[in-house]
Amino acid sequence: MDWMIEVEGLVKKFGHLSAVDGVSFNVPRGEVLGFLGPNGAGKSTTMKMITGFMTPTAGSVRVVGYDVDEHPIAAKAQIGYLPEGAPAYPDMTPISFLNFIADIRGMDSTTRRRRLEYVIANVHLEEVLEQPIDTLSKGFKRRVGLAQAILHDPPVLILDEPTDGLDPNQKHEVRGLIADMAAEKAIVISTHILEEVEAVCSRAMIIADGRIVADGTPGELEQQSPLYNAVLIDSQNDGVAEALSSLAKVARVEELSGGRFRAYPADGQSIVAEIADLVRLQGWSTSRLSVEPPRLDEVFRNITRPDTTTTGDNHGGAA
Amino acid sequence: MMATTWAVFRRELKGYFNTPLAYIFIVIFLFLTGIFTFYIGSFFVRAQADLRPFFNFHPWLYLFLVPAIAMRLWAEERKSGSIELLLTLPLSLWSTVVGKFLAAWVFIAIALALTFPMWLTVSYLGEPDHGVIVASYLGSILMAGGYLAIGACISAATKNQVIAFVISVVVCFLFTVSGAPIVLDFFAAWAPQTLLDAVASFSFLTHFNAIQNGVIDLRDLIYFVSLILLWLFANLLIVDLKKAS
Repeated sequence: MDWMIEVEGLVKKFGHLSAVDGVSFNVPRGEVLGFLGPNGAGKSTTMKMITGFMTPTAGSVRVVGYDVDEHPIAAKAQIGYLPEGAPAYPDMTPISFLNFIADIRGMDSTTRRRRLEYVIANVHLEEVLEQPIDTLSKGFKRRVGLAQAILHDPPVLILDEPTDGLDPNQKHEVRGLIADMAAEKAIVISTHILEEVEAVCSRAMIIADGRIVADGTPGELEQQSPLYNAVLIDSQNDGVAEALSSLAKVARVEELSGGRFRAYPADGQSIVAEIADLVRLQGWSTSRLSVEPPRLDEVFRNITRPDTTTTGDNHGGAA
Repeated sequence: MMATTWAVFRRELKGYFNTPLAYIFIVIFLFLTGIFTFYIGSFFVRAQADLRPFFNFHPWLYLFLVPAIAMRLWAEERKSGSIELLLTLPLSLWSTVVGKFLAAWVFIAIALALTFPMWLTVSYLGEPDHGVIVASYLGSILMAGGYLAIGACISAATKNQVIAFVISVVVCFLFTVSGAPIVLDFFAAWAPQTLLDAVASFSFLTHFNAIQNGVIDLRDLIYFVSLILLWLFANLLIVDLKKAS
């Protein structure tokens, strides 16, 4: 497989503290990899090392075959990078800023005109092109940073929290933009928003304490949730818990407040059909019978903070 | 390399004029050179058609004004985070260091060039030696480059502009006074002449005064150029080393 990003044994130490502690992964073309993890887990540090801003303590990074340490300029030419907080030059206007980036990237005038037109239209910068970046809202600043990152149509995109500070409509647009580019590129994004992973990522990686603790498609990760395929049922009838427990596929039943029960399946298999049959058979009156929706955040919390329990009855899914 | 240096240079130079900073600096610079020349330097009392009183104060003027320009070169980028953008663009560190330095240098040169009415004044009042004045201008801008390279390097080491300014002034001060009589007299009492010369040769004053006499000695030229290159190289090393921390 032709890897666009190859990260091998990456370590970053600050004094005694390991910010990144042996991270290895590869990203092929067409993949959108989502970095998940609590603050300070090492997501941004990993990105800073991939883009050559930080020198790793150990390990190597190759971008489209170029070793970032040995051929920094060639590697950087392949990357579009949106750093954390989308820094730019506050006294410049978006158009002069983008032209500066085009200068540095050595874009000829035809390519420049075509690409400027494309990014300005797709990132929606038309109305602020001549305003100092200083005076722009957080959302516009983020979009200027994004425009800068995709300006040269790079094969590799590294986006540190690309939708942070955007309103829901803008978030939706940026995700659409990422999805449009996904087939052609290798994209790594970091995010706090788990729904974003489900929306745009073809692969998710959970990073905690500088290590990769989970890696898979968002669907695979969801299966690790203790709530995966669990079924919620509201019923005032007697003996509900016992009857549910007697089903072969049900591992255990939890009684929540107000006559609500949650049945956990054995081995994550689907149990809703069996429970529906049981309800009909027993003639229970139920006001709710629903499968818990896929919950990446439960997986996330379980993996990154294993000492806390993750139950609660106040956030059941829709029926 | 040339193209990226040029891009950095253009962006930086435009940056000065995007903010009031440039105009404030130029006004203060012209105001102070005027005061020093006519008031403290007794330009008229001397009744000589030259610009010595004007150039004599340049080292002391630069001592504060150049670090004020240099302090933001890197510290501001570090503070705003734009350095992360700059250092992940495909250009060599030399391009960045040199582009930034040249932009600030040209900016100071613009301020210096705006003192041309002084030259017109002496030309109107008498018959100055234009060769000496040209040499002095050249010496002055070379010396400004020296102060600037020191300030740029120190700016790269911190994200606090005030700290960058204060340390730069101190270091620039050392490079200035090592040739001043007050320091040399202290050494003259007991030190051998070679040490005296060595200390003096580190000073901007020694070399600037030599140029002000109207002779551009190759040694003075080499001094300023190598001093600038040395500090720029240190600047590059600091930026590179900071990538690891």
